[in-house]
Amino acid sequence: MNRFFEIFFVIWSWLSALCLVGAVAAILGFLCVKGFPALNVELIFGNTEPLSALLLQKQVFDGLFPAIVGTLCLVVLSVLLAVPLGVAAGIYMAEYAVGYVKTCCDFLFDILAGIPSIVIGLFGFTLAVFLHKNFSDQVYPCFLISSISLAFLVLPYIVRSTQISLEEIDPAIRNTALALGASRLQNIIHVLLPRALGGICSGVILAIGRCAEDTAVIMLTGAVAIAGIPRSILGQYEALPFYIFYISSQYADQAELMRGYGASLILIMLCTLLFLVAFLVRKRIAYQAFYKA
Amino acid sequence: MTRFQEAICEKLLLSAAWTSGSIVVFIFAFMLFLGLPLLSGGHFFSLLTAHWAPQQGSYGILPMMAGSLFLALLGLLFSFPLSLGCACFISVLGPAKLRFLLRKVVELMTGIPTVIYGFVGLFLLVPLVRDIFGRGGLSLLSASLMLALLIAPTMILFFCDSFDRVPRSYLDAVDAMGGSKVQKLLYVMLPNSVHGIAAGITIALGRAVGDTLLALMLAGNAIHIPHSCLDSARTLTSHIGLVFSADFESLEFKAIFACGITLYLFTAVLVLVVRGINHRLRRPL
Repeated sequence: MNRFFEIFFVIWSWLSALCLVGAVAAILGFLCVKGFPALNVELIFGNTEPLSALLLQKQVFDGLFPAIVGTLCLVVLSVLLAVPLGVAAGIYMAEYAVGYVKTCCDFLFDILAGIPSIVIGLFGFTLAVFLHKNFSDQVYPCFLISSISLAFLVLPYIVRSTQISLEEIDPAIRNTALALGASRLQNIIHVLLPRALGGICSGVILAIGRCAEDTAVIMLTGAVAIAGIPRSILGQYEALPFYIFYISSQYADQAELMRGYGASLILIMLCTLLFLVAFLVRKRIAYQAFYKA
Repeated sequence: MTRFQEAICEKLLLSAAWTSGSIVVFIFAFMLFLGLPLLSGGHFFSLLTAHWAPQQGSYGILPMMAGSLFLALLGLLFSFPLSLGCACFISVLGPAKLRFLLRKVVELMTGIPTVIYGFVGLFLLVPLVRDIFGRGGLSLLSASLMLALLIAPTMILFFCDSFDRVPRSYLDAVDAMGGSKVQKLLYVMLPNSVHGIAAGITIALGRAVGDTLLALMLAGNAIHIPHSCLDSARTLTSHIGLVFSADFESLEFKAIFACGITLYLFTAVLVLVVRGINHRLRRPL
């Protein structure tokens, strides 16, 4: 009986591995087969000259260019908002926090990491409405609100990766500078942070990926189907994942659907690239690049 | 650097930590504040148990809660056996090269955007389900199959971590007694990582309930309590995404705060459960 169960378990394990790889291959293969024919310059720039579009001289109407620019701007602003706060909080959690402050913050970050992104999106939307009613008529769900909400969404990733990569530093390294008379802060800045840089960077890159892919938050906080290049942080904007979502439910003809496939392929290539970079950075390339020139 | 500067920096870091932490409280307080009309009228608990019938002035979110739970549990049901099998393959059973390869595939999966799963599901899986069962293209079944793929990497990586935490000496003991790989896995590693597996399932459940896009794109969004896998259903998350266009002052709109608060509290409870499990894990045996 046990013998059979053991054999069954091995077969099952192989089957699930095959099944998983098969499913991923099916998803990627399907996108590649359908998306590659759509992948060309016209997909991105429509009928506009690529150069004049890149220099922002002409608007692109029937291409993905505004959506790509929107996603890039969104990622940059959200990460700029989240990184200083997150890294500082992570350093505090790893190096200073003790007792109930540590327990309490730990718990809060766990909850923040667990909150569904749509709830954060709902928060962002109500924040916009609240500001609109009470402070200024100019405020609608917009680029700035989206960035703030996304920053909240990725904050726990950055805090955690900073905290963990600081905490796992060898105690021998941690105590050397202190024993030589360095202060706590000097130790952090000159010894611990350079060591932890790889981990922190890969956390930031994962956060970038999360910002680039999230749809639920931006759906509620100001992403629209057609807006052009974002002109102001209080305006609406286009974004790649929202465009894919929009196309999937609202496509009018085959050509639009093909553009959806193309957009999906671009998004997945972007996310895979970020993943590879994060993988390389985790192998301590960051430390070598910044400190061992 | 002077002592004074040190103190300033520490205070700055402390305030960063508290600011980040207070965001969590702030989000909850804000939703509670805007959903206040629901609470003060004693509406909140009737909302949780009533049906959704806007014409009759009833804005209960019971069908959405049922939809969320049904979808998440179904996704978990598909995903758990698959994930456990894959985790075992990665940790012990597979040949070295394939183990490494599968691990990389799983890590890559964590980077695939949810909207891609939804998009492919809509144009690949939905027609397939419709062909096989004759109905129910946009249904809980399609959504939960894609959801199973979405939450699988979370579970697999968590399971692998908990397998890795089994003490080396236990594994050496099995090897010394001539136990095979699968025996080592079944009789030593699995029983010793029950807590880790439970924590992994809880975290995956949180992700499954919190997912919006797959439910919105694949589950069909009909408002009723689902009775079978091929029924269309609406979840709490997709309800928030859909009611959005309604008038901001209406009770219909206020009901989505009930959804938001419910989701928030549910995920908070799951976090507590995971922390409880991890606490027991750290206690010496």
